[in-house]
Amino acid sequence: MKRLIISAGIFMSFLPFLLISGCSLSPKNKINADPSKTVVMWHWLTDKEDALNELAREYYEKTGVYVKMEVFAPSEAYNQKIIASAQTNTLPEIYGILGSKRDFANFVKAGHVLKLDSYMEKNNQEWKGRFFPEALKSVSFVSGNEFGVESGIYGVPIDVINIQYIYNKKIFREAGLDPQNPPQTLDEFLAAVEAVKKAGYQGLVSGFSEPWLIDCMASNFAWNIMGEEKMIATYRGDVPYTDPDWIKVFSIIERMARAGVFASGVVIKSNKDAELEFALEKDAFAFNGSWAVHVYKDMNPEIEIGIILPPKVSNANPRGVWGGAGTWFAVNAKSDKSQMAVEFLNWLTQKEQQVRLAKETLSIPAVRGCLESVPEELKGFLSGMKYVYHPRNFPVQEDSVVVEAFDKGLQSIITGEKTAKQVAEEVQKVKARQMEKKRQKQNNTAS
Amino acid sequence: MMSESLFYRLQRFVKLSLSYLVLTAVALSCLFPLWWMFVSALKTKISVFKDMSLWPAQQHWENFYYAWTKGGFGQYFLNSLFYTVVVVTAIVLFSSLAAYAFSRLEFPFKNFFYILLIASMMIPIPGAFIALFVLLKMLGLVNTRIGYILPQINMGLPFAIFLLKTFFDKLPRDLEDAARIDGCSRLGIWLHVALPLARPALAVVIIFNTLMVWNEYLLAMLILQDKAKMPLPRGLMVFQGVHLVDYPLLMAGMTITVVPVIIVYLLMQRHIIKGITAGALTGQ
Amino acid sequence: MVKRWYTLTNYLFILPALLLFLVFGLYPFFKVFQLSLMSWDGISSNMQFVGLANFVEVFTQDKVWWSSVMNAAWITFLALTIQNGIALILALLCANDIKGGHVYRVIFYLPPVLSGIVIGLIWKWIFRYPDGILNVALVHMGLKHLVRDWLADPKTALNAVAAVHMWRGFGWGFVIFLAGLQNIPQQIYEAARVDGANAWQRFWYITVPLMIPVFILVSILTILGSMQIYDIIAATTNGGPGYHTEVPVTRILASMQGAGRFGYACAQGIAFGLILLTVSMLQLWVSNKMKRE
Repeated sequence: MKRLIISAGIFMSFLPFLLISGCSLSPKNKINADPSKTVVMWHWLTDKEDALNELAREYYEKTGVYVKMEVFAPSEAYNQKIIASAQTNTLPEIYGILGSKRDFANFVKAGHVLKLDSYMEKNNQEWKGRFFPEALKSVSFVSGNEFGVESGIYGVPIDVINIQYIYNKKIFREAGLDPQNPPQTLDEFLAAVEAVKKAGYQGLVSGFSEPWLIDCMASNFAWNIMGEEKMIATYRGDVPYTDPDWIKVFSIIERMARAGVFASGVVIKSNKDAELEFALEKDAFAFNGSWAVHVYKDMNPEIEIGIILPPKVSNANPRGVWGGAGTWFAVNAKSDKSQMAVEFLNWLTQKEQQVRLAKETLSIPAVRGCLESVPEELKGFLSGMKYVYHPRNFPVQEDSVVVEAFDKGLQSIITGEKTAKQVAEEVQKVKARQMEKKRQKQNNTAS
Repeated sequence: MMSESLFYRLQRFVKLSLSYLVLTAVALSCLFPLWWMFVSALKTKISVFKDMSLWPAQQHWENFYYAWTKGGFGQYFLNSLFYTVVVVTAIVLFSSLAAYAFSRLEFPFKNFFYILLIASMMIPIPGAFIALFVLLKMLGLVNTRIGYILPQINMGLPFAIFLLKTFFDKLPRDLEDAARIDGCSRLGIWLHVALPLARPALAVVIIFNTLMVWNEYLLAMLILQDKAKMPLPRGLMVFQGVHLVDYPLLMAGMTITVVPVIIVYLLMQRHIIKGITAGALTGQ
Repeated sequence: MVKRWYTLTNYLFILPALLLFLVFGLYPFFKVFQLSLMSWDGISSNMQFVGLANFVEVFTQDKVWWSSVMNAAWITFLALTIQNGIALILALLCANDIKGGHVYRVIFYLPPVLSGIVIGLIWKWIFRYPDGILNVALVHMGLKHLVRDWLADPKTALNAVAAVHMWRGFGWGFVIFLAGLQNIPQQIYEAARVDGANAWQRFWYITVPLMIPVFILVSILTILGSMQIYDIIAATTNGGPGYHTEVPVTRILASMQGAGRFGYACAQGIAFGLILLTVSMLQLWVSNKMKRE
């Protein structure tokens, strides 16, 4: 025991040295840039780390401005980091904001985000014109938005994504289906599922324990059945969730579940679990985002996949898929080096850099006209950009408590615990309560 | 007479084999995931979930090398070693001092302070990390090693104090009284009598906190900025992309990460046995 | 005077712990308490004082919150009985001079070293339908009617999660029990043996009474650990299906991150802390009473 304490004592006396001489552990081949020309950028993208570092090095050699990348992962840890840093005004020059549009709006309202319209519109809108319009929508606020943010562009997208149905061509062939002619309507889809199940495969897999995926699937049907206006009206509180159109949405999920479309355990699968299962060719269909192509190929280079839009359930409106900017960055308005930060992001979203980034990270560039750089499998997602929408860009957002009740309700439909009608009623009950709460709050602030 | 002893021997045999059966069954359930992790580290990205064999035909030992170099483990390993030794040493020192005082010494408001110190273990505070960050910023400790160390010591103390006090309370007082009569100071008794007797409990405190500090990453991400100061779990993040996960390298990295903890377990469990001899000696 | 001064120097023993707590423990606590009285999104600079409104909502309206508390309480109940029972039996087996006992000691507290990723992968694989290890074993045992998707079935999800939690956690109880058993002087047992007490009597009249403080310690730690269960949930069900495996920590995180209701999350945290504190203090009080008797 004595020896232990003595050795601990010796160790403790080394402590000050180690604390001060942190430099002894500094990484090699570090760029020794002029501090006044160094810009710090925070991100959480461990899989893009190398590519971004390489681009930053190139930019430094070209301009003398060094963009120092610091990575904080996983994204939950990153999120805490930026919230804590916002509290203490210690955000870096460039950073990404995760979370909902409301979180984004809060950062803007607290003065942490530089408005980029004047830069984007320079030289006859040269910068703005490069992007997919849907990508810019994700980083903009429209006038009259419910958050009270001044309308404009507040971020720079570096890639785009969208979420669609992916199918396994090999399984299709085994089940006697034509891989060149995938199902388009719900009935065709259900028939295809029946065929693949007969061939010994599961139907559709997805990461439905992550609320956004199940939310997205239902939202796509709603978009097809009732269209944007009615969805917005629902969020505003003018249309109840017990409306026949919404019941139809819930019923489609119910019908799919009863027809055995979903893979076993789909409601507790994380998206990574689901990706793993699809890559192992256990399921004929997956509902997932464009990034998944890369993930599947990484785990199973032989997999052959095709991409389809959500099954058509109505002729009333065109089909739609969720999408927009995948990764995007904001510039810190409180930094005196924001100018340098903007210039770097502008460079990063020039076609040349975008093509490189897309190739190295197998993503879809945020700027248009890079078709040749997009791998064959991703083309289906690229063409899907025409159908892209996102409720996040609606002028009115659904209350997060209602969204949760909606998503959890869908899980209960899939497990067979509740019927479509029950869930519709429950969600509406929650909606009514939240509306009432909002009304009370407004009355309080008014009086 | 003869048959009776046989009966007892048989009974003993049955009891013993039953004990071993239970122990071995539970032990296998604990070992299996560890083995799976290790074996997965020897597979490739493509075979890892396809080939579920307990020993792959082709072992990719180089995965350990890649995990170490790609993850930048050298640096992180040293950092984690440093953080763990410092934090655990401090927790053992501070908690045993405090627990001894709460168990044996008298001073005003003793119970109040005891409850105060261990209550913080019972109130999980969700937003506390962000408040902690604001505090460290005020103290100028953001992105410093000390700023990462001190909160962790504080977080480990309640459990250690609680556990050690329970054990000190159980210890017989006669030895301490004897030492006191021999003219030993309070500090002397704590060091020479109480700590050696509480060795099994100290071993538990060390095991518990080593694991905590060694695996900690949320606080590290929040407080530290430079890669050069980050602990080991940061290295593991390299293999867990937002979308892509390199399972074999991740498992290799995790296997490497787990080894030092198991060494600490092995070292400490000996003290849990030694406690018997120390305890037996006390009685004699 | 000298005596009093001497008594006061006893404070020096708790000074390092107290100082650290006063700096790093108290400030965040007060900050969180202050925030629990606010309506605040976590980012913007203006917060609105709402008094006890958040607490009123937690205690009177938030049904999901209370069902999450009940879920955690159920897991805690199972952990207190099954997990600690197993831990105690194993500790008793290992405390006897059984050959190779020290090997088991190390193995039993291996599960906590595993990361959530490995635990999640392995257990989902055990529980999966229809080809998971558990279901295959059930079929072989002729219990086909029990086969199900254990983690995704609303009826079994919570117990399945609890099983994983107990498997991961029993090692801690085991080590503490073991350490506690080492402190019981061997000659008490020998004296009892001489007096003709059998193994059961020795256990009941010597081990149990002497182990009561350790039982209390382990139960309080089990309660705290099980009520605050999170990473097992995150690695297996993420709170689903529906709300069946939601626990207080997942709810607090949902309020904080998903809903951007920071003040409300703080109120949930404090309400939760009060519950835990009350239960723990009650147990300590009971144990003190038992000791005195």
